[in-house]
Amino acid sequence: MDINEFIQKLQAEFEDVPAGFLKPETKITDIEGWGSMHALIVIALIDTEYGVTLKGDELRKVQSVQELYNLIVQLKNNPQ
Amino acid sequence: MAFFSIDNVRIKGIAGAVPKEEVSNWNYTHISEQERKLLIKTTGVEKRRMVGNSGITTTDLCKAAAEKILRETNTLKDDIQILIFVSQTPDYFLPASSITLQNRLGLPKTCMAFDINLGCSGFVYGLSAISSLMSVGKMKKGLLLCGDISSAGPPEEDKSVFPLFGDGGTATLLEFDQTAATMHFSNQSDGAGYEAIIVREGGMRKPFTVDSFTLVEKEKGISRASRNLELNGMAVFNFSVTEVPKNITDFFMHTSTDPSSYDYFVMHQANLLMNETIRKKLKFPPEKIPYTLSKYGNTSSASIPLTIVSELSNKVTEDVSWLLSGFGVGLSWATVSLKTKGLICPEIIEL
Repeated sequence: MDINEFIQKLQAEFEDVPAGFLKPETKITDIEGWGSMHALIVIALIDTEYGVTLKGDELRKVQSVQELYNLIVQLKNNPQ
Repeated sequence: MAFFSIDNVRIKGIAGAVPKEEVSNWNYTHISEQERKLLIKTTGVEKRRMVGNSGITTTDLCKAAAEKILRETNTLKDDIQILIFVSQTPDYFLPASSITLQNRLGLPKTCMAFDINLGCSGFVYGLSAISSLMSVGKMKKGLLLCGDISSAGPPEEDKSVFPLFGDGGTATLLEFDQTAATMHFSNQSDGAGYEAIIVREGGMRKPFTVDSFTLVEKEKGISRASRNLELNGMAVFNFSVTEVPKNITDFFMHTSTDPSSYDYFVMHQANLLMNETIRKKLKFPPEKIPYTLSKYGNTSSASIPLTIVSELSNKVTEDVSWLLSGFGVGLSWATVSLKTKGLICPEIIEL
């Protein structure tokens, strides 16, 4: 897995997000209309694609796409 | 983990009833159009049936379904020896609604009746309770009535609850039959998550006060009173996509089965994204998973039987192998495998 692949997968989930908007430094809460539904979509995506189930608090603590990606890698390598 | 098996009991038929009044989430103007689109896409809930101001209660829906299934299966009322009513929206604090239903359905006084207070896991839990008693007691026939009118409480101002729930009542007829295939159950609970779905006030721990009815804004788009149902969507989501696949994976090991062993896997109708995540984790093919979320929303303990009646009524005349799983409020979750033969599923009734 790499971050570009992750960004592509995120992009595919949000049809309203313009292509190229998501970059490693993008704040995920800057996605237009960001709310609890978006959070569920992100958690479901990460669960299905990477086998990691993020908690709501864990997602709230990360800011950028890069931080979210790092968290996935970390949890994948050190399952709780 | 509570694994157990029950012999000699078979599901003979299932009927369902919903209120006539249909509401569409496309008309839910408390949220923006963009939010609405995302809500419907994520939850899968487009339309729901609501009792509204009709005065219809859960027992009315279950009674109609019970009368229908008794008629369609030519069952003598005197043969019904047990009735269990599973609901979190009963008619009264007391007496138990099951007992009033014994009388209203014209069932004999020899029929035992009691309520079970469970929601989303209620159908499977109720099935385990009624089948156990029928098997041990060699009871001829039994009625499992499951339903809720969850729409009756939540205010329109709470976007985290209001658009999700629909009302419905179901009746499942069971019979003692020594040729019935064994039912296998795995029932679980985790009270540490009791606040994930909760009505905080109105019980004995926190009786009603005047303030129980006052709407308070919790966050943007979410206003509720403390007598209303409160739902922590993220916590429920996390619980469901973690515990349900774990429960079923263990169930597969215990019963030496896998997704190919079942014709249909019917899940509690909670939320499309959540159910699909569970489906993918368990590697079930989509064609084995029926949904009624778009038609009826989350109907609590009615959702599994209502989905069977709504989506599969013409496909169950032969032998069918089922995996059924309910999960939610409690937290409580349960899975059952069973087989039916010529299951009778009359059309859904509208009240």
